[in-house]
Amino acid sequence: MNIWTAIAVTVVGCYAVKLAGLLVPAGALERPLVQRMAALLPIALLAALTAQQAFADGRVLVLDAKAAGLTAAALALLLRAPFLVVIGAAVGVTAGVRALAG
Amino acid sequence: MPGPADSASPGPARPDSAVVRDALGVGIAVGLSGFAFGVTSASSGLTVLQTCALSLLAFTGASQFALVGALAGGGGPYTAAVGAVFLSMRNAFYGIRLSQLLALPRAVRPLAAHLVIDETTAVSLAQQGQRAARIGFVVTGVSLYLLWNLSTFLGALGAEAIGDTATWGLDAAGPAVFLALLAPMVRTTTHRAVAAVAVLLGLGLLPVLPAGVPVLAAALAVPVVLYVEGRKAQRAQQAPPDSAQGEDR
Repeated sequence: MNIWTAIAVTVVGCYAVKLAGLLVPAGALERPLVQRMAALLPIALLAALTAQQAFADGRVLVLDAKAAGLTAAALALLLRAPFLVVIGAAVGVTAGVRALAG
Repeated sequence: MPGPADSASPGPARPDSAVVRDALGVGIAVGLSGFAFGVTSASSGLTVLQTCALSLLAFTGASQFALVGALAGGGGPYTAAVGAVFLSMRNAFYGIRLSQLLALPRAVRPLAAHLVIDETTAVSLAQQGQRAARIGFVVTGVSLYLLWNLSTFLGALGAEAIGDTATWGLDAAGPAVFLALLAPMVRTTTHRAVAAVAVLLGLGLLPVLPAGVPVLAAALAVPVVLYVEGRKAQRAQQAPPDSAQGEDR
């Protein structure tokens, strides 16, 4: 039951957050500072998320095969590879490094 | 992915088919990564039904990963859920941009809200013009939703058969998805500075703040960078023009 509670709170919370963004009145967005913030915030959050998922295990910082995988993904992006290739490179290189190390 | 390569195409208005192709590319690729979520969730101890309920009703990948991670790590249901919801706060900011860009009728917004996620935002923002943005949003959102839920279900079912998901490198799919979404957004020095400060905050605060909070704290990178930029601009104005050092782009 605990897990269902967590799921219910997450579902309601996530939907409320999404809807709130769409319902902010347009007048509130006229100010240039608000517009700049709205453009820059996704960059900050996505960058932090990327780093955490790649270099953290729970609350501990780690440097493991995922770092190699992410480097491969970055290279694929620089080469303008399609989305699936970028993800595939990350997964494949990570698995490969683990296989070699393990 | 509508990367910089695509912006080289001539003319401001791209044909609808090109927008649909980009959107489907993202929708399919990211949708398939629901498989990784299904596997992760099932191996974290959630049932197939619980796993599928999350993908159907929460539908925001990072929060879903965060929730099952926190539950597996022994977090209480409320702490885990609050962390996941914190993580989804960025969708509110996406929504603010999208409501301008898409100009959706009020009646459609409750439905459209469910599709406001990283990927639909990235694809919509990459388009030129409202029509292309709307097509990008809907095609990405619907294709991603369908595939994300289908592949979540298959992943949850297949979790036992696969064994340790880390062996297959599936845990690298998440950060790679985020990186691919981030890359086209980062174009100027300001963008790079914000990303760099956010990474430092997100990683540096990880050991000292509760799960989920460091990502929110990373949002502070924006006011910090804007403040530093403002100071620089002031100084550049006061100094004689030929001694201006920090060139601002």
